[in-house]
Formats: sequence, structure tokens, C-alpha cells
Amino acid sequence: MKYLALIYADEALGDPDDLMDQYEAYFQEITTAGVYVGGEALEPVSTATSIRMRNGERQVTDGPFAETKEQLGGYFVLECETLDDAIKWASKIPSAKYGTVEVRPLMVFDEE
Amino acid sequence: MNTRRDLIRVFRADHGRLLAALLAQFRDFDLAEDALQAAFAKATEVWPQQGQPERPAAWLMTVARRHALDRLRKTARQGSEVMRRTITMLTEAQDIPNKGAIPDERLRLIFTCCHPALAQEAQVALTLRTLGGLSTAEIARAFLSREPAIAKRLTRAKTKIRDAGIPYEVPEPAELPHRLPQVLAVIYLIYNESYSAFEGTTLTRADLAEEALHLARITFRLRPLPETQGLLALLLLHDARRPARGQHEMIPLEAQDRTLWDRDKINKGRTHLLHALAHKRPGAYQIQAAISAVHTDAADWDATDWKQIAGLYKTLSVIAPSDVVTLNHAVALCQAGDLTEAEALITTLAGSLVRYQPFYAARAELYRRQGQLAAACTDLDKAIELSRNTAETRWLQRRRDALGIENRDAPGQDAV
Repeated sequence: MKYLALIYADEALGDPDDLMDQYEAYFQEITTAGVYVGGEALEPVSTATSIRMRNGERQVTDGPFAETKEQLGGYFVLECETLDDAIKWASKIPSAKYGTVEVRPLMVFDEE
Repeated sequence: MNTRRDLIRVFRADHGRLLAALLAQFRDFDLAEDALQAAFAKATEVWPQQGQPERPAAWLMTVARRHALDRLRKTARQGSEVMRRTITMLTEAQDIPNKGAIPDERLRLIFTCCHPALAQEAQVALTLRTLGGLSTAEIARAFLSREPAIAKRLTRAKTKIRDAGIPYEVPEPAELPHRLPQVLAVIYLIYNESYSAFEGTTLTRADLAEEALHLARITFRLRPLPETQGLLALLLLHDARRPARGQHEMIPLEAQDRTLWDRDKINKGRTHLLHALAHKRPGAYQIQAAISAVHTDAADWDATDWKQIAGLYKTLSVIAPSDVVTLNHAVALCQAGDLTEAEALITTLAGSLVRYQPFYAARAELYRRQGQLAAACTDLDKAIELSRNTAETRWLQRRRDALGIENRDAPGQDAV
């Protein structure tokens, strides 16, 4: 099963100096384990733009979809057999130490 | 011939084990539950006529498995994953030894039901439903909730298990320390459900208690930690008192005929407790077990070593504080003669336990010992009013009569 790991952290807290190194190490780990499917870091929430279509009208606003205490900073897509495996790998994501990682399965559409 | 009650008792006793085994094969809660229900229905039809089979569990398992396979075959599409799984299972079914021994998969089931990805209320409901065999209505009644709410809770939990990929496994050794406390909490809760008064149901409290005890035993075997052993000790000591609790309503501890207590369970419980305590890693379950053990030492309520119990509750109020713990602590202090300390604790509770019958009963005793008979009377009246159990009410009434105050309207009168 593929799981999306959404990485949330309070940007105001700032990042530890060696965050990049930590992520590099994590990336090595999950690639070696064959768990890595995809993943990216995101630019800060100040660069976000929200788009809504309502009654045929396009509404574009500055900022994320909602103001939250922790903001989305990146994601991984992980291939895991069970939720327990996904939890194990998600807990190693460096930002989990001070932020929150939300884990959700990707929807599977049966091919007909 | 089997009466309906006999059948229900057999079903409930085997429900958890059978469902767990079906889940191990089919990995689908709804499929497994439907199959088991169908097997029960068939048994209800067939057994009264043909007699109960020699191994009822094996009979039920065979019918349930067949039913599940039929369901799968009907819904499977050619060449799909599901179809392949069906074929595998059909093949595997041949390999199961004819002895009819059903493997005990219950530990897997309880770890799955108690997965941290599920809300705790869902964990408890799911465990009661699958392992305890309680109906949605019975769970609702136990939690003073409504049936649709419980049904929704169960459905959501099963959906999450399926859609989020919660595995049907006992966690690997490294994970066990994180997962075990929740399992113990749920087992404890289940035991307490068996302990509380079920009015007018066909549920035998004994089955649920036995289920909780069995789960505690196998959990202990898997992980012989002090608290696991403490829980087992606690349940054994508690359950030893069951024969004295009455058939239909719970007779309070003060009023129980202690000659009816199960001395074998008491001895087993005490042995486990001593082993657990020897590790010098006290925890909430061990302390509660110790309190229970002190009770089993005493011939009756008054002869109990209340000072020891008070000390134990003091420790418990640090490790696992709660209003009920504070109240029980106060009761112990009161019984031990430490009235000032007891009063101090009871005063802190006056705001929170407003509709809790034991609170008024406890405070009444404090008042009585302080010589405030009128106040004691008022509190006993309140306790009687709140009591939902006639055995309890009768006991409270006896205490009230013993105060010697006849007239409720004349609070100033002393005992004659």
C-alpha cells in the first residue's frame, strides 16, 4: 500500500542547523529499504496561494487553505505493507521530533 | 434439548475465539462477522432438533468458513485479487487438520482492536464486540450510550482498519512496550463491564469476566512484565469475589458472604501479585491488586486492615489519581479512624461526585463516626435515592435504620 506522509511543523520554531543532513540520511534509509516512492520539500507557507472555483468564478487568495498552528512543509510517498510499517518509517522523518507527520493511505482505483 | 439460553451461552463463550480465527483467514471484519452470525443462526435452527454437536466450536467454525467462502466466490471477479485469494483459501482449508482444533488468534485480534490509530472508545467497543461477543445494544447499555452511536463507532473503526491498512498481527517485540499498556487498559475495562450490573439481559457476566481473565492470562504469558502480572492478579482477586456478588444484582463488598469467595482464585491471584511485586516496579494494577488482596485477608468489612489499604490508596492516588480513588482513600481512612484526613479528602470531592451514590454513603459514614447523625441520615437518604440496585438499597437502608432516626422531617432529633 502506498502512504502519503504529510510533514507539518511550526515555521516560527525554525529549523535545526543540520536538518538537511538529517533528511539526507533519512532519504538514504528509505531508498535502501525500498520504501521510497516519492517526496519533496515545499517552500514556506508564505509562498502559498489558494484557489477556489465557486459558481463558475475563480477565487484566488494569498496564503494556505487555512491558518494552522503547524504548516505543511513537505511530503513523502512511502510503499509499505501495513500501517504499522508506515508508522515506523514516518516516525523517523526528522521533522516528527518537533512537528507532526500525518499518514494517510493513497486511494486505490480498481482497474476494470 | 438446548434451550435458547444454553445456545446463547455457548455462542458467547466461543464468539471471540471463532471470530479471531476467521479473521486470521479472511482478513475482513464484516465478512467474518456475517459468517459467524450465519453459523449461529444455523445452529439455532439445527441443534435443538439434532442435538448439540460434540465439538460445538468446530461445527460453528466449519459452517462459518463455508459461508464466508461462498460469499467471497459470489463477489469475486474473474482474475481479480479477491478471486485469487479465494482459491488460495479453498486450497488451504483442505490442510487444516481434521481434529477441529481452532487456533487461538485472540491475541492478534486484541492488538488489532487496540491499535493506537483507533480512538480509545472505538478500541473498547470493537474489543467488546469481537472478543466479548456483545451486541451493539449491550455495548450501548454498558456505556450509557445510544445504539446508533455505537454502531457508527464500530463501522468507522472497521473501515479504518481496512482502509488505512491496520495489520492483523501481534506487534513485533520492539513495538510491544508501546502497544501493551493500551491492551491492558481495554482488558481492564472489559472486566469492569462484566462487573457492573446488567439488568434484564441474557448476557452472563461470567462469560465476559472469563473472557477478560483469559485475555489477561495470554497477555501475561506473552509479556510477563510486572504490570501485566499485576492486572492478572487484580482480575483473579476481583473475580474470586464473584460468587458472593449475587446472581442478578451486585451485593456490595460490605455485605458479601465471604465464605462464598473462590479461595483457589484468591491463592492464584496472591501468588501472581507477590511475583509481580518482587520486581519492585509498582504500578496501578499491582497496587489495586494489593488492595484487593488485603480485603481477601479479612473475615469481614470491619476486620479489614484499613490502615494498609489507606496507605495503598495513597500511593495509587499518586500513580493513577482519580476522584474514585480519592473517595476510596477517604473511605479507608475513615474506617481506620483517621477522620480528619478522611474529611479533608471528602471535602475536595463534594463538587465532582454529585450524583455518585458511594460518595454519599461514604460521607454518611464519616458523619456517623463524628456523631453527626442527622447529617449522616440525610446523606444515606440521598444515597438510597441514587441507588439503582435493590441489594445495595437494602444495605443502605439497614445502615440508615441503624442510626435510629425515624423521622426525616425532624433533623434535630438524636438517637433514642
